[in-house]
Amino acid sequence: MLHIDRWKRILIIGLCVLGLAWAMPNLFYKRVEAHNDAVAAIEAAGGSATPEQQAAEAGWPGWLPSDLVNLGLDLRGGAHLLAEVNTTEVYKSRMDAMWPEIRQRLADQRATIGSIRRVEAPEGVLRIEIEQPDQIAAAVSAVRELATPVASLTGAGSSDIEVSAEGRTLTVQLSDAEKRATDDRTVQQSLEIVRRRVDEVGTREPTILRQGSDRILIQVPGIGSAGELKALIGTTAKLTFNPVVATGSDPQSSAGVGNVILPDTENPDFYYTLEETPVVTGEELTNAVPGTDQNGQPAVDFTFNPSGARKFGAYTSANVGQPFAIVLDDEVVSAPVIRQAITTGSGQISGSMDFDGANRLAVLLRAGALPAELTFLEERTIGPELGQDSIDAGRIASLVGLLAVIGLMVASYGLFGVFASVALLINLGLIFGVLSAIGATLTLPGIAGIVLTIGMAVDANVLVFERIREELRTARGPARAIERGYENAMSAIVDANITTLIIAGILFMLGSGPVKGFAVTLSIGIITSVFTAIWVTRLLMITWFERRRPKTIEV
Amino acid sequence: MAFRLKLVPEKTNIDFFRWQFLTFGLSTFLALASIVVLFLNGLNFGIDFRGGTTIRTESTQSVDVGAYREALQPLNLGDVAITEVFDPTFGPEQNVAQVRISAQDGAEAVTPETVNAVEAALQEVDPSITFPSVESVGPKVSGELVMTAVYAVAASLAAISFYIWLRFEWQFAMGALVSLVHDVLITMGVFALFQIKFDLTTIAALLTILGYSINDTVVVFDRLRENLMKYKKMPLREVMNLSVNETLSRTVMTSGTTLIALIALLVLGGDVIRGFVFAITFGIVIGTYSSVYVAKNVVLWLGVKRDWSKQPTDEVAAQFRDAP
Repeated sequence: MLHIDRWKRILIIGLCVLGLAWAMPNLFYKRVEAHNDAVAAIEAAGGSATPEQQAAEAGWPGWLPSDLVNLGLDLRGGAHLLAEVNTTEVYKSRMDAMWPEIRQRLADQRATIGSIRRVEAPEGVLRIEIEQPDQIAAAVSAVRELATPVASLTGAGSSDIEVSAEGRTLTVQLSDAEKRATDDRTVQQSLEIVRRRVDEVGTREPTILRQGSDRILIQVPGIGSAGELKALIGTTAKLTFNPVVATGSDPQSSAGVGNVILPDTENPDFYYTLEETPVVTGEELTNAVPGTDQNGQPAVDFTFNPSGARKFGAYTSANVGQPFAIVLDDEVVSAPVIRQAITTGSGQISGSMDFDGANRLAVLLRAGALPAELTFLEERTIGPELGQDSIDAGRIASLVGLLAVIGLMVASYGLFGVFASVALLINLGLIFGVLSAIGATLTLPGIAGIVLTIGMAVDANVLVFERIREELRTARGPARAIERGYENAMSAIVDANITTLIIAGILFMLGSGPVKGFAVTLSIGIITSVFTAIWVTRLLMITWFERRRPKTIEV
Repeated sequence: MAFRLKLVPEKTNIDFFRWQFLTFGLSTFLALASIVVLFLNGLNFGIDFRGGTTIRTESTQSVDVGAYREALQPLNLGDVAITEVFDPTFGPEQNVAQVRISAQDGAEAVTPETVNAVEAALQEVDPSITFPSVESVGPKVSGELVMTAVYAVAASLAAISFYIWLRFEWQFAMGALVSLVHDVLITMGVFALFQIKFDLTTIAALLTILGYSINDTVVVFDRLRENLMKYKKMPLREVMNLSVNETLSRTVMTSGTTLIALIALLVLGGDVIRGFVFAITFGIVIGTYSSVYVAKNVVLWLGVKRDWSKQPTDEVAAQFRDAP
């Protein structure tokens, strides 16, 4: 007969209470958010709190759950960027860095292979012509000695460079295994740098994820525009200090071996010829802060680490009276003349920048340079007002939908409809509870998913109620009818919900951002609705039945 | 006897096959017509699928589409579409428009210069204008999204058919597959016919329709399986009619509650997700129809194993048992 074990009852009620407790903070969203922010700020400050922070912290009791549903960008407002890392750029710098070593190695064998010469080649490829074509095998084996094994799991056993020969030309490039390993490292590094830069600005809960092999997804809530975000993370910020060879106004003039011609930031017609190998690079900075120069103009003060300071000190003391260039992303920011040896390990970059620019440059220098350039494939900015409008509209629509469904259920099934409605309300609470507990993100399509769940959640109950009605017609008594109703409806409920779950799973895999949010709420809604529709309504129904012991029931 | 709202009479005895040439014919016609419309009109792809930029503008002044277009003319942006957006949830001082710019030639990445130029030009026309959302998708990503979307729909169809095949019989899987393809085609046909914006969320809506439609179909199939075991001698067609009649009240009730909730969202949920909600709402109607009128017709034509109570090896024993 109708019966639910005591432990099952406790379990059902316990799960509901737990779920609702986790959902509750969302009713006091602003207050709990302020509380959470204050707690995080106080912890970051090492325990000291301002009066406002204390007030915000006291606004929500610490022993209550304080996890909230994350609002997606489309509800909170913010910027979304999808960037692609141009990993091939790194191949070029790797090969360029290898050239001096190879030149040295071949020069040692000048006696047999004759003179050598680097010739034009596509980016990332090194082509060398030797004088004696019959000695090409010797040259190849000499260069091959420079190869090292690839340091990755998939590429184990292969070496990092590929050397081939044709006629008198030697071609050197990275091997495929090394390229893959390099790509992976480049993306990892870029990800790390982007994360550091976004963290430096200190916005709340940024999402920075690697997508696929060479992409990075960046979502920052609360930032004004994607342009602002791009200015921060799109700059390579490669800083070098190079000796100046000459200055001029012709970018086409021959630079000479080992030199480059770079433009001036302020004066587009002014070019510097610099030694390509820098004295020190931005990698050896320990700190950079915005400041002002002696004229009160915005500038950035920086400090080198000990090895950087040593190199910089040695160079400046040997070249007093000579100019040197501060180069940022292939443009000369300034080229001061060394007045005296700088051995303190600190310096200043000044030039054409406003205070915001100085601030940003300091952030970029602290976070480090990107190993390769980023290309932006997708960018979205959503204003906070639009998000708030969507939340308001979604809230009203959900309420109206909920009331209409409850009305229809009660009108159709009477008291049993009330049971189903109670289960529906608990179901809604559970959805929010689970979303908060697992830290899922609610998006606008996610709200639609919840509304859809409101409509579909009663399906399991409808199936059961219709079955009970049928069973009542065969007049075997109400208790038996209820029991048989549940038994017979079960296979339909299970099959119907599993197929929907399959769809939700595929949606989750397909999804980016909003669509993923929809898949998550839909899946959670399916699971909680089966739970509430089967167990919660049954518990309500049986409890009622035990109290009243009705001779007949009407569904 | 307390009052009960009955959307469907307690006992129905509708012959769902009586007009099957009409109903199934209509379905076939609509599906074919959808394919024709898809080829003739094409879908009005959003920037997710063809790349480009959309800018949402909001202003206290009324939207003058002509003036906007004139302001953007000198920028030479190629295909620019400007539409005013109306919505019952907007306040009186809220005038919204959507500007869509196609992907710029040769630009793989999104160009902020273009966006800035457009914003500046519009601000010139209407100083009170603001830009609540700006979205750009490069052609590379949009191409991939198209493929992802196609894979997702195909994978869903395959996964569902496979599951139905496991749980029922292959004839049922075919029936489900045909009715699902029918739902997707007709929904896409409506999108092509009325040139409603078709983007990634529409794909999510299509998949949701699949989920709902299969849900409905499975309930009918489940009852059919049960009745096939119960009434072994009844002609297949009658067992099907009986099953649909028995589940009709549930079908109407569930579709009713789902539609009510969705219509509330359609009217009050704001214009940002209207296309999405419209697709789901339309799909639920068509999905309910197809589970009653399409899926089981296919099963009827394919025929189905009648004896569900025993393994095939028990055939000899069954003959003896059934003997008079």
